[in-house]
Amino acid sequence: MKQLLSVLFLASFVTAPMAAEEAVINVYNWSDYIADEVITDFEKESGIKVVYDVYDSNEVLEAKLLAGRSGYDLVFPTARPFAGRHIKAGVYQKLDKNKLANISNLSPSIMKGLSDIDPGNAHAVPYMWGTTSLGINPDKVANLLGSDVPSDTWALIFDPKYAAKLAACGISLMDDTTEVISAALIYLGKDVNSTSKADLDAATAMLAAVRPYIRYFHSSQYVNDLANGDLCVAHAYSGDVLQARDRADEAKNGVKVALTIPREGAIAFVDVMVIPADAKHSENAHRLIDYLMRPEVIAKISNYVGYANAIPASKPLLDEAVRNNSGIFPSDEVLARLVAPAELDPASQRARTRAWTRVKAGQ
Amino acid sequence: MASPFLSRLTLQLQQLQAGRRLVVAVPLLWLGIFFGVPFLIIARISLSEVIIGLPPYSDILAWSSQAMLTIRLNFGNFLLLFNDSLYFSAFTNSLRVSTIATLICLIIGYPIALGIARSRESLRVPLLMLIILPFWTSFLIRIYAWIGILKGNGLINNLLLWLGVIDTPLQLLHTDFALLLGIVYGYLPFMVLPLYATLSRMDHTLLEAAADLGCKPTAAFWRVTVPLSMPGIIAGSLLVFVPAVGEFVIPDLLGGPDSLMIGKVLWTEFFSNRDWPVATAVAVTLLALLVVPVMLFEHYREKGQAL
Repeated sequence: MKQLLSVLFLASFVTAPMAAEEAVINVYNWSDYIADEVITDFEKESGIKVVYDVYDSNEVLEAKLLAGRSGYDLVFPTARPFAGRHIKAGVYQKLDKNKLANISNLSPSIMKGLSDIDPGNAHAVPYMWGTTSLGINPDKVANLLGSDVPSDTWALIFDPKYAAKLAACGISLMDDTTEVISAALIYLGKDVNSTSKADLDAATAMLAAVRPYIRYFHSSQYVNDLANGDLCVAHAYSGDVLQARDRADEAKNGVKVALTIPREGAIAFVDVMVIPADAKHSENAHRLIDYLMRPEVIAKISNYVGYANAIPASKPLLDEAVRNNSGIFPSDEVLARLVAPAELDPASQRARTRAWTRVKAGQ
Repeated sequence: MASPFLSRLTLQLQQLQAGRRLVVAVPLLWLGIFFGVPFLIIARISLSEVIIGLPPYSDILAWSSQAMLTIRLNFGNFLLLFNDSLYFSAFTNSLRVSTIATLICLIIGYPIALGIARSRESLRVPLLMLIILPFWTSFLIRIYAWIGILKGNGLINNLLLWLGVIDTPLQLLHTDFALLLGIVYGYLPFMVLPLYATLSRMDHTLLEAAADLGCKPTAAFWRVTVPLSMPGIIAGSLLVFVPAVGEFVIPDLLGGPDSLMIGKVLWTEFFSNRDWPVATAVAVTLLALLVVPVMLFEHYREKGQAL
């Protein structure tokens, strides 16, 4: 009897941790997209170990999610078109809002804006939002073009007249079909979601004309290169440009980096927090999401990454430089020029990718 | 008298065959599990259609209500490869780059291998170690290191600027030059090692005989050493050429955007287009175009040796 009891006792010991969730969470987020102290603070408070992994393009995240069993518990895709189509494909689980006490902190207008791709905001809550704009080295650009050429225009990259001159100090474009074709269509004054062949051909022809002046196509390399003065114009995520600026300041290397949102318009993106359907630590993921919706926590992240968040109550807690930065919180006039890419039909998507591959290959 | 001998002989033969089968069975099983099965999975995806779902392709097998098995095969993915010139030019460019890289590896690797094979016995092991030593560092890190050396603000450009040879940094990184450099650097040991293996086993008395018969050293090299080292040349060239054709890391990190190689096209199909069926169709076609000729070549070479 004693033996039986001890066996039962041991068994309860072995199975107990199985019932509760393992104190681990596997997070997959964009590179340079969180303040490190937030992770350590969360670990201290919750006792949950955060395993943190990064990517630099939605496509890479998407490929892992669609393959299934990614092993991640919390991911941060861009809402349009990526999270939208993932929700359709059933990649994510519904959020248990009873576990998200801080959900009421979220900006109602951003939540409403997401409700068309995620009806009832059932799967996703917003993390940060920003723009895809231009990161420039104002000294070098002024040196090569003269000071009377405006720096807030896509023409710096897409007009061969300027691009030819700026090629000497380096132009980079993102290696991303959606971002580049959209930027080209915006500069040409076309609809960013155009599926017309004529529009795509016009964008492709324009890209091909400046292709010789592009140093490389990459979606994260430019952060270091801007900071080191190896590039003078980068097609870049707004927060990345501000981080490059901060790194250059820290290094005291005399390199200036500036963010400009082009006057022709730019893509605005919202990145959302979602839990994959097959996540093993969904409970912990809910806890981390809830933690990240605290105004004082998300303010730390915004201060560090240079992106605006979706928690209005955090704004008074931001550094003054961040709060007053027109690149992070654009004026209403600039906001009106921002656009969001929509989900395209597969044939149009393929036509765009094909066009982009040809441009890159110089064919 | 003859029958027990015969039966013993047949028994021995049977045992020998069983042993042979066993020896062959292990690698065959290995190939079956790690090459055959994945290939079938890939081939199956290549015949399906893209859907928005998890996984992002349709199932080619479906059970209908009347216990009927329906098979839907989509050959459109393969047709696309032939109708769109992008794939053809990517493939020919891959072949071009790999051929040039293989030739450079051979030209650099042959003297190295010959030098090691002809050096003193005590020196050979340290020299071979020097060839193998880079493998102790990850391939990816070694290729990444070249970025630091080649970039505009990197070692070479800064040295040349400092020496006053150039005024503005040279564009070295993201060019075909960097791509070839990376491939030659990465794959050179695969050329040197098989060459060394054949050259070190060569009978030196043959060269002495050639000299005795009045053959000059250069002529002896071309007429004796090179033909005898042919197996090493072929093995080394294949070991460089075949992986170089499908190379993804080096063109991605060092190559320019115009160095369109089939490995990158595959990546684009898989990641940017989310088109697993076309990506796998590229993989299957690549395999057919690359491995089948190599196998045929090996087959005929063995036949030629047997004759």
